[in-house]
Amino acid sequence: MQLLVYGIINSITLSLISLGFALVYSISRVPNFAHGALYILSGYLVWIFLNKFAGFPYPLAIIAAIGLTAVVGALIYRFILIRIRGMEISEIIATYAIGLAILEGLRWGGLRGGTFTLPTFVGGSINFLDVSVDYQRLIIVGVGILTFILLYIFTRFTKIGLALRGIAQDERAAMMLGINSDMTAIVSLAIGSALAGFAAVLLLPLGNIVVEAGYNVLIFAIAVCVIGGLGSWGGTIIASFIIGFAQLLTEAFISTHYQMVVALLAIIITLLVKPSGIFGKQKELEERV
Amino acid sequence: MSEEPILSVKGVSKSFGGLKALMDVSFDVQRGEVFGIIGPNGSGKTTIINCITGFIKTQTGHVYFKGKEITGWKPHKIADAGIARTFQIMRPYYSLPAYKNLIIPLWSPRARKTGGWRGGGKHGDRDTVAVDILEEIGFERDSRVPYKLSSTLPTGYQKRLELARCMALRPEIIFCDEVFSGLSMSEIAGMLPLIEKMRDEGITLIMVEHRLRELFRVATKVMALNFGEKITEGEPSFVIEDKRVREAYLGAEGV
Amino acid sequence: MEQMRKERIDRGLKVRTEGLYAISSYREILYLMGPRLLLIVGVLALPFIFELAPYWKRVINIMFVYALLALSFDFLANYVGLVCLGGAFLTGVGGYFSAIYNVYLGFPFYLAIPCATISGAVLCTLCLLPCLPLRGVYFAIVTLMYPLLFTRIIEALDIFGGTNGITGVDGFPNQYVEHYIIILVVIGFLFGMRRFVNQDIGLVLRGVKDNDQSVKASGIDITRMKVLAVFVASLIGCFGGAYMAHLYMWAGISLFALDFSIIPIASVVIGGGGTLVGAVIGSFILVPLSEILRAFGTFRIVIYCVILTGFIVFKSEGLMIYMQRKYHQFERWVKV
Repeated sequence: MQLLVYGIINSITLSLISLGFALVYSISRVPNFAHGALYILSGYLVWIFLNKFAGFPYPLAIIAAIGLTAVVGALIYRFILIRIRGMEISEIIATYAIGLAILEGLRWGGLRGGTFTLPTFVGGSINFLDVSVDYQRLIIVGVGILTFILLYIFTRFTKIGLALRGIAQDERAAMMLGINSDMTAIVSLAIGSALAGFAAVLLLPLGNIVVEAGYNVLIFAIAVCVIGGLGSWGGTIIASFIIGFAQLLTEAFISTHYQMVVALLAIIITLLVKPSGIFGKQKELEERV
Repeated sequence: MSEEPILSVKGVSKSFGGLKALMDVSFDVQRGEVFGIIGPNGSGKTTIINCITGFIKTQTGHVYFKGKEITGWKPHKIADAGIARTFQIMRPYYSLPAYKNLIIPLWSPRARKTGGWRGGGKHGDRDTVAVDILEEIGFERDSRVPYKLSSTLPTGYQKRLELARCMALRPEIIFCDEVFSGLSMSEIAGMLPLIEKMRDEGITLIMVEHRLRELFRVATKVMALNFGEKITEGEPSFVIEDKRVREAYLGAEGV
Repeated sequence: MEQMRKERIDRGLKVRTEGLYAISSYREILYLMGPRLLLIVGVLALPFIFELAPYWKRVINIMFVYALLALSFDFLANYVGLVCLGGAFLTGVGGYFSAIYNVYLGFPFYLAIPCATISGAVLCTLCLLPCLPLRGVYFAIVTLMYPLLFTRIIEALDIFGGTNGITGVDGFPNQYVEHYIIILVVIGFLFGMRRFVNQDIGLVLRGVKDNDQSVKASGIDITRMKVLAVFVASLIGCFGGAYMAHLYMWAGISLFALDFSIIPIASVVIGGGGTLVGAVIGSFILVPLSEILRAFGTFRIVIYCVILTGFIVFKSEGLMIYMQRKYHQFERWVKV
């Protein structure tokens, strides 16, 4: 029972982490290797707001941090990626370099050790189906599900959301219909970064803000996205449940050290069996050589 | 014709998501034929080439080449067996000069087996063979054209380069995916003799075309597709008279 | 307002040295051979030059190791189209193999390094095999994960000395062996790779980068070609790792460190992708720079990343191509 409850929580955590990556990739075709860095950046920003400015209210700090992360994401696209759009090798290298620069810069700037923690939203815990769950985790589940629903509504029923989906499906056709591809890419990076920040704000109160988490977040996000099919949002959520439970099972029966091994093994099995991922669509010609 | 068909396609279907790109298409091609495939945009012409040459996996149906089943083979294996194809969107190896583009097919296992074009140098001297093939296909040997970067070539030459890439394999069947489209009339006039020459050399040609007039000049048999279904098949003069073909395709153009 | 356009014209000397006329006089020969000779002689003389500054002699070795890694990255990225974000994976595997051969099996270093190079390359190729039939970002993703994964496994299982690493690896008999092994290997690989990519088989690999569909349609199994390319690149990288294990007389998880992934990439971008020489020159610039900036600790990585991004965005051709252009052509402004 405990396994089930924590499995669900873990899975929703993972999908929160990876949604941003999936969204950016599906819309702008940029594999955002700076995702983990943005995640940590956002958490660190909240910490700064709370600790360096006395009396800064927590909710406001969260909103400001997420907003700033979104702006950083948009700026990355506007000033760097826009110039190398379509050159796959350069895109990969550039986002990877930006991510490293942010992470290692933070480490150099003093983000070391276990002193960086965020307070939980609400303290305490309740017994839920005989399992003790703290409120923060419940909030994660609730907010996570709410996020999925809001994203779904956003992409189906708002104008910007529809434009984003249009670009994701067929860039040329969408451009001919007057959708600005660069603009949507900027928006997608902003939203993707904001999602990374959002995930950070929700998840980081459970632990410390450490630079290593940035790398882990990136890797799990990528693992989930590959398994779900790069660029497929539904697949991402389902894959995060697969990985989430797989991780918990290994943790329960083998050892925590193998979490990363599980992720990589899952990627490799996916690549061997069905490279387009669980929900990979018509990309057969494109992705399988 | 009692002879066994060189290529036999039986009941091939393929759908992308909800879209049915091909529905139960069957046809036979005899050795030495020039087989045309026509149809309006989106009728599945390129898809059927992709299915036969292994670039897309078919969902149902079988493809036989010289009586042997090749369904589900990998593309390189099919090419190795003797089925070459051109691509509709030409992308030469743009960082290489034109004649170096041919080194790649000449290096392939098939070219080594067949000894390259006209039995030319078997080992090492692929450059010479490459220039020979290019001359054959209409590049002037003494001009600078074969030595230019392939990305700088005009469309006509790029199309020829695609054909040359196929020829280098010495295939038994060549699929030509819209070799005439995007060419000027004079360029087409230059291409037609090439097609005829290949036919005379005993290569079976399967041509997907939009340019019907030019196609009908060389084709011996034509199949018409519409919305992934085979409408009709037969002599060019027969197909062009077919009412459904006219409705689906020619009617719109008012021939 | 007058509009100006930059015009580039080949130097007369360059045109004259194309084809047979290259050997017509010493000037032409010098024009062609000069830069190459300068590089080779300069590189060979480095250990003697740095007799003057003993501290920097260590740096030479590391510099050449990075040059090797950069060569491997440049080859994979710009000739085969596979972006390897985990150069550290290659060095780590090579280093550990060599240490295992040397310490556990008692091979001398001149046997351990070649064995480690080959078996390391085989292991790396096997590990990367699943993502080779695919194109797109998968290769980058998987190579990004492997160094981290191997670090975790070694830590978790506590094999090969765990976090302490394998100690007691044999060093080299003397400094000059130390220097010249790596220098000769770099020169060998540099010119070897240049030949390789212009050979017929190298052309096929470049074809895979330009248009893989068409290579397939030419009846060539491109997965096999990519396996070959990854194997060659891993050979280079694993040699670097194996050499380092003996240089430091130690193999530990720091062989999987991020530096080995990012500095080669930065070197290639700075030096000019696709030139191979550029990769080497890039690391000659970056590694001493990173030595000077040693005091900054991890901030160095930030500096590399900023330089790297700057070059990608503003000067994507890199130094080498820029210098080649200056060497072969002259430029002038003309009216439009």
